[in-house]
Amino acid sequence: MTHPIPYLPGEVPLTLFGGAVCAGFPSPAADYAQSKIDLHAHLLLNENASYLFRVRGESMTGIGIYDGDTLIVDRSITPAHNQIVLAVIDDEFTVKRLYRRGQDVRLIAENTAFAPITLKDGQEMTIWGVVTFNLHRLLNV
Amino acid sequence: MRPSVRSIALIDCNNFYVSCERVFRLDLNNQPVIVLSNNDGCVVSRSNEVKALGIKMGVPLFKIRDQVQQHNVQVFSSNYVLYADMSNRVMAILREYAPLQEVYSIDESFLDMTGIHDIGQRAQAMRERVLRETGIPVCVGIGSSKTLAKLANFVAKRHPKSQGVFNFNMLTTRQAESVFSNVPVEEVWGIGRQLTKALDAIGIQTVQQLRTADIASLRKRFGVAMEKTVRELRGEACIELEEATPAKQQIINSRSFGQSVTEIEDLQDALAHFVSNAAHKLRAQQSCAALLQVFIMTDRFRDDQSQYCPSVAVPLPVPTASSTTLQGYAVSALAAMFRPGYRYKKAGVILSEICPETLHQGDMFAGAPEDPALMLALDQINARFGKGTLKLSQDGSRRSWQMRQERKSPEYTTNWHELPFCR
Repeated sequence: MTHPIPYLPGEVPLTLFGGAVCAGFPSPAADYAQSKIDLHAHLLLNENASYLFRVRGESMTGIGIYDGDTLIVDRSITPAHNQIVLAVIDDEFTVKRLYRRGQDVRLIAENTAFAPITLKDGQEMTIWGVVTFNLHRLLNV
Repeated sequence: MRPSVRSIALIDCNNFYVSCERVFRLDLNNQPVIVLSNNDGCVVSRSNEVKALGIKMGVPLFKIRDQVQQHNVQVFSSNYVLYADMSNRVMAILREYAPLQEVYSIDESFLDMTGIHDIGQRAQAMRERVLRETGIPVCVGIGSSKTLAKLANFVAKRHPKSQGVFNFNMLTTRQAESVFSNVPVEEVWGIGRQLTKALDAIGIQTVQQLRTADIASLRKRFGVAMEKTVRELRGEACIELEEATPAKQQIINSRSFGQSVTEIEDLQDALAHFVSNAAHKLRAQQSCAALLQVFIMTDRFRDDQSQYCPSVAVPLPVPTASSTTLQGYAVSALAAMFRPGYRYKKAGVILSEICPETLHQGDMFAGAPEDPALMLALDQINARFGKGTLKLSQDGSRRSWQMRQERKSPEYTTNWHELPFCR
């Protein structure tokens, strides 16, 4: 299995119960069935502004973002200090922690083998979006 | 009491297809970029850099090869899957800004913003939000009719000073007239090349001349559509917003092939694909069709090849929306008209005589009723796992007729296997 199984909206087979589950008798739990957990609503904070990105490389392994993981990136969130962001440097997408204190802006990797990125003269940095979730597959990895 | 002035906005995405390509390719910013039509034929979207080079809309790629090479123009095939997804995002965001929306095309939407306070600021906020959340730049034109909204959008696009928003309702009569005097009639919604010529012949060149012309004589000469246009230009809303697109009375699915085909199997394969698409649309609007037309065509631009363009209409004994039933008829129709020895360039199907699926009458001679559950399952599976996951065995398996899309970008937003990468 080289690819993760797609997560599909609207078809999530998890049911949240509002009461304790009893066995044996005509299910009293049935009366307590709530609506199903909607992972789609949970993971896409702002659906129209959410995009998926595939991770390549090891620069963020320190916080559990691995090669092949899938990130949910939200463009509606205003980037702030200490958030994990999807930035663009030299026209390439990169995922890093945003360090911003006054004029001091850096992109910090979560892996000691990678130096923080500070902007050189003439280099431009755009924050494309803020990373909200990492979809990391644990089965059959 | 004077009724309050309508404020109708038209939001138009700037160079939409090119803008979609740039969202995931930041290296394309400030580069000349074009997107080509089906089969990589003609230019259908241009970046501003390309417009500045004088490359016109609709020009075939082969005519501009030298310019493309010389200026290193980035060329893309149409990626409609991407454009449709980005369009849906833009439209959904716009919907939040007004009680009434008409999605007019893949990259245009009308909003009725009548009665909303601070329209200018709202429009500006709407622009900024669409840009931030989708990366797509848009312009907003506002006026008291749809035609004026369209014209305002044209002005917003042309004048950087407008910062992407132009509102006729904010102008004095004098200011508005000065704008109207500076815009040629051909920029008016619904005035095409022929009408522009005809108007020119009676001395009408600018919008101002058109809107002050005598309505009665214009109606006599050009009909009631022209009267509406003039009234709308005067600020009277004659064309209302259509919220839901009315059910289509005719569904056409056809395409030119990437390369000509000669075998009946290739045509069967292509037609099966077109029937599937058309039937799917039919089911999506809960309708059935009573007439199926099938046509095949040779390449009419090739004088050196013999031409054959037959078409067969099949009245259906029972109106249907079933892909399997329709495919059966399409295959028979093809068998009836196919002649070997020609090079076929295009084929298609037309479904018409459309009625709501609940309305049609049973036929006592018809065989067993179709199983709607089968088609429902087909549509649901394709909606869940992606278009074309489950199809009838005939549909599109040979592929020799498929579109030429040599420079298509990935389906960044809809295909799990084509997501953009980050490091």
